[in-house]
Amino acid sequence: MSTATFDPPIRAKRVLPGFTLSLGTTLLYLTLIVLIPVAALILKGAEIGPDRFWRIISSPRAVAAFQITLTAAAIATVFNAVYGLLMAWVLVRYDFPGKRLLDALMDVPFALPTAVAGLSLTALFSANGWFGTVLHPAGIPVVYTIWGIAMAMAFTSVPFVVRTVQPVLEDMDPALEQAAVTLGARPWAIFSRVVFPAILPAWLAGCTTAFARSLGEFGAIVFIAGNLPFKTEIAALLAYIRLEEFDYNGAAAIALVLLGFALILLLVSNLLQFWASRYHEVSR
Amino acid sequence: MTVTTLTHLPGQSRRGERLLIGLAVSLSLLFIAAPLAFIFARAFSRGWEVYAANILHPMTLHAIWLTTITAIIVVPLNVAFGIAAAWAVAKHRFPGRGILVTMIEIPFSISPIIAGICYLLLYGRQGLLGPWLQANDLQVMFALPGIVLVTMFVTAPFVAREVLPLMQAQGTEQEEAAVTLGANGWQIFTRVTLPNIKWALLYGAVLCTARAVGEFGGVSVVSGNIRGQTNTLPLHVELLFNDLNAVGAFAAASTLTLIAIVALLVKAVLEGRKAG
Repeated sequence: MSTATFDPPIRAKRVLPGFTLSLGTTLLYLTLIVLIPVAALILKGAEIGPDRFWRIISSPRAVAAFQITLTAAAIATVFNAVYGLLMAWVLVRYDFPGKRLLDALMDVPFALPTAVAGLSLTALFSANGWFGTVLHPAGIPVVYTIWGIAMAMAFTSVPFVVRTVQPVLEDMDPALEQAAVTLGARPWAIFSRVVFPAILPAWLAGCTTAFARSLGEFGAIVFIAGNLPFKTEIAALLAYIRLEEFDYNGAAAIALVLLGFALILLLVSNLLQFWASRYHEVSR
Repeated sequence: MTVTTLTHLPGQSRRGERLLIGLAVSLSLLFIAAPLAFIFARAFSRGWEVYAANILHPMTLHAIWLTTITAIIVVPLNVAFGIAAAWAVAKHRFPGRGILVTMIEIPFSISPIIAGICYLLLYGRQGLLGPWLQANDLQVMFALPGIVLVTMFVTAPFVAREVLPLMQAQGTEQEEAAVTLGANGWQIFTRVTLPNIKWALLYGAVLCTARAVGEFGGVSVVSGNIRGQTNTLPLHVELLFNDLNAVGAFAAASTLTLIAIVALLVKAVLEGRKAG
């Protein structure tokens, strides 16, 4: 491999060595670690057969779990769409003391183990926690409700929105806004007519990724949800419970539905990113 | 006149700016900083001695040890994979490159709990390889190999994602120059490529470590939660919490939080380097 340069010109298409070795290693690793295990799940799904598969995922408990998961993820994503956009805007456009610290804070949900986040949020909002002492007497229970699930989801997925919008906002050509100012546009008009359309694809892509992440979140939620069937039981947890009951078909069917959601959302997010990068090139 | 002053009109927008900054700061303090601070507040709520006793409890020490071993195995393998993937994709052109990049990113979109189920269906007793593993007396599930494999799945993209864009941006000119000067593959990598990517590589490795030690959902499925045997640190946190030992759970969680904070500090330092 490393002597490619001394080959006749026709064969010396690759100047740099290590192509076979690096590609081979990559494919081997991906095959063993990612593809074969995922294939095992898909094979299991095929083995279950469409009838039984449908019966499992349309059982009342499974439907309730999917509904709870989707609703909570939607609440979390709406919150993050606003909060994440606000953070990206403030971090890019304004200068103020502590800005770098605030920026670093946005990475905490990525770096902090989800179980630790779940533990802390649960204790914060339970009756004797910092927030719980205020909210509980006011009759707002967060722990063991869908709001708690949504909050745990929002916590773990907010960086996706911030970190997708931030670079696009940074790269925006100031001339566009300057032109709007000279034409007499008010700040809100500048934002809604000039800035927002430019960051829209990236913002949507970030929200899609955050939604996908919320659907699959487990560690942060098991602590705060209380895990009551039909009330606060999420789909990932139901799959886990089925495993503990040695009902591998049940677990596999629910996992496959979640996998399907994840792959569709990955596709949507990639298409949006592609749209974003095209928009970006045109606007330059 | 700078751009920022031009884009904001006087009077009203100054107030708007302060309002938005205030809103962003207070929301972030409540939503992200408070949970972080609360971990340490609870962990130390009964003083240093109780904290130390919680950390030094044999079960906790075993969990720390198991998590450390897992990270020691997973991170170097992940670094090797990340470098190989980045080298193949960034320094060469071949059909299917885009697909390969998407494949590398797939573990990001798959919930760890699904990853755990995949592994159980492959290596578990009723799994595809189950009968063969049993015949050869190999234990993968509910043991260290299973924990390591699932952690490898979950952390697979971490190093590649940091190194790949950098290698792509740097192009191949320097390496090609080294080839014309007669350098072999290993020399090119260690003397030309590695110095260029070392900080991204370090950051990727730190992120991978943080994620590896914190993995919960996937490990939860494959570990079997055997007390004092296959309980990693995050699983131990859950176990203590379920045992109603909240202070113990927070003490164990504080060690994981420290690792996360170190990862963030490394990031801040490396970004400062890039900017300076």
